[in-house]
Amino acid sequence: MAQIQLANISKHFGKTEVIREVNLNIKAGELMVFVGPSGSGKSTLLRLICGLEEISSGELTFDGESMNNKVPSERGISMVFQSYALYPHMDVYKNMAFGLKLAKSSPEDIRERVMNAAKMLQIDHLLDRLPKQLSGGQRQRVAIGRAIVRNPRVFLFDEPLSNLDASLRVATRLEIAKIHHEMKSATMIYVTHDQVEAMTLADRICVLNNGEVEQVGTPEELYHSPNSLFVAKFIGSPAMNLLEGDFAKDYQCQTLGIRPEHLVIDPNEATWQGAVIHTENLGSDLYIYLDIGSDSPLLVRLSDQQKVSKGEIVGVRPKWDHLHRFDQHGKPISAPIGAEPSTVLETQSA
Amino acid sequence: MDTSLSLSKPNTKLKSVSSLRQQKLRAAMWFLAPMVTVLFCVAGWPLLRSIYFSFTDTSLTDLYGGQWVGFKNYLTWTTLSSGRTIFSGTLADPTWWNAVWNTIKFSVVSVSIETILGLMVALVLNQEFKGRGLVRAAILIPWAIPTIVSAKMWGWMLNDQFGIINHMLMALGLIDSNVAWTSNIDTAMFSVLVVDVWKTTPFMALLCLAGLQMIPRDIYEAAKIDGIHPVRVFFHVTLPLVRPALMVAVIFRMLDALRVFDLIYILTPNSKATKTMSVVSRENLIEFDKFAYGSAQSTLLFAIIAIFVCLYIWLGKLNLNGDTQR
Ligand SMILES: Nc1ncnc2c1ncn2[C@@H]1O[C@H](COP(=O)(O)OP(=O)(O)O)[C@@H](O)[C@H]1O
Ligand SMILES: [Mg+2]
Repeated sequence: MAQIQLANISKHFGKTEVIREVNLNIKAGELMVFVGPSGSGKSTLLRLICGLEEISSGELTFDGESMNNKVPSERGISMVFQSYALYPHMDVYKNMAFGLKLAKSSPEDIRERVMNAAKMLQIDHLLDRLPKQLSGGQRQRVAIGRAIVRNPRVFLFDEPLSNLDASLRVATRLEIAKIHHEMKSATMIYVTHDQVEAMTLADRICVLNNGEVEQVGTPEELYHSPNSLFVAKFIGSPAMNLLEGDFAKDYQCQTLGIRPEHLVIDPNEATWQGAVIHTENLGSDLYIYLDIGSDSPLLVRLSDQQKVSKGEIVGVRPKWDHLHRFDQHGKPISAPIGAEPSTVLETQSA
Repeated sequence: MDTSLSLSKPNTKLKSVSSLRQQKLRAAMWFLAPMVTVLFCVAGWPLLRSIYFSFTDTSLTDLYGGQWVGFKNYLTWTTLSSGRTIFSGTLADPTWWNAVWNTIKFSVVSVSIETILGLMVALVLNQEFKGRGLVRAAILIPWAIPTIVSAKMWGWMLNDQFGIINHMLMALGLIDSNVAWTSNIDTAMFSVLVVDVWKTTPFMALLCLAGLQMIPRDIYEAAKIDGIHPVRVFFHVTLPLVRPALMVAVIFRMLDALRVFDLIYILTPNSKATKTMSVVSRENLIEFDKFAYGSAQSTLLFAIIAIFVCLYIWLGKLNLNGDTQR
């Protein structure tokens, strides 16, 4: 179990700055997810933590102990790679045991640890197979098993599910959640570009954008009170509706955000009105796309009881306490509508 | 694994599968036909002619007038009236066996050294460093120089009176008097080996490098995180994974080394210590006007190389299987 502290961590390759002044505190035993679009520096940050890349500036500590100058093997970490990184010429047993040989453990001890991990991951019948004789999901389990047997204090995952198909991804996600609950002694950092994965797995999420931390918080915090337009756009599926121009001006902001489930059909008190241009029925939910004259159609989530068909004119209103307003810098406006002399409107009209 | 798969396939599919196979085979044959024809004309036919000549008494002056003599060029014996049996033919020729021994010595030593050095160079070139591209290109220069040129060049460098090697060794005080490296019977083989290693290590390095670059980088990172000692990583990860590439490289080089001719012919002409099978058989074919006898030696050379290749591939296969079992 380790508490991980990143203080002003920066990383540059040559002249390009990839990680900028990251400050982050990861609590002992929690599952922290780094999420962000591709190229935002998630992998690089992870590699800085595990020591595969050198930190350009800033301080990394595990339980208060500086890790900047420690080689990866001294940090007590395990890593699961996106590409699995299994040794292709070793069978599953050897793959899992290879890293243990040196750790002063007796052969029986090694055997027991490997068997335990294999049972936990249900790969104990595959121990004498080579990686190429396994399916993608099985390989992933072996990679996770290899990480588990080392009994690390910090567990790192770099997009472990991205090479799996959709159903396997969900199953393995559950598996990882289970491991997190069973291995109370390990702090986990999990990298993904998929916000659904982040929302479902994380104790806390760290949203990265362009090598900078946008927001850190629990999934609920990020979902309900994003502190930037970027986070609002990135978190949530389907994505938040974002309205600009006159739509936003009415609410004294630059961008008005409203999630699809926070819009209700109300013909009497309709704030926005438009024709249904497309509907998507997912069984439990019905999504409708309304053309209200904004840049992109307004997405509204209805329950399956409500019947709306294409071409119909529908009026909707937002639930007032679920509006997200952002200023021209993409920062949220917390003051209630009309409570402040709106600087937003002034700058906009200027 | 493949056999069990094809066995479990339902029988109904077999027919259509096999006709598809036939179609593919036919197409493959058409694609191969031109190459096979050319190969037969430039390699197959001359080879067959050589083998035929080796069973005749053909001479260079009368190429088409040879008579069939059976194994006379290989081995015959006559029993004298005194009861003594005299063997003659290539297989009883001490010059030939000296050449066989020289060839084997040269091949085994040079290929071993080149493989080890080549792998070492490749490991270095596989690392990231500034100017790697330049070094990679530069290291190929010895390989790019025609053998005749490099043999002449080294011949001069090793010259007993004007050679720079003698000059340097004298200056360093390592030798007291000039050594005739290439003509001295004790150092001739050594000189040939040095030049061959100098010339061919780059080629080995390049083949090894290609093998090394096939190994995914991330498994090295995994090993690094697990804290596995680099030496252990080399022997347990790198070496097993480059072995297929290494096998191919060694077999290429071995084939080349077993029929070595130009380097030895130029650097150490007529030295008993370095004459190889190719050199000896050429002597007989052209210089000594024993065309059929030379043909027999060429045929033997071909047979030795063929046996060697079969053996090597067979051993390699055994080894590969041994690895998959735990
Ligand atoms: N070794 C490297 N050399 C130079 N640039 C790199 C290197 N590794 C990553 N980068 C750059 O850093 C940025 C972030 O990369 P990465 O951390 O892999 O992003 P992510 O994992 O979020 O997709 C990218 O723009 C990438 O091009
Ligand atoms: Mg990445």
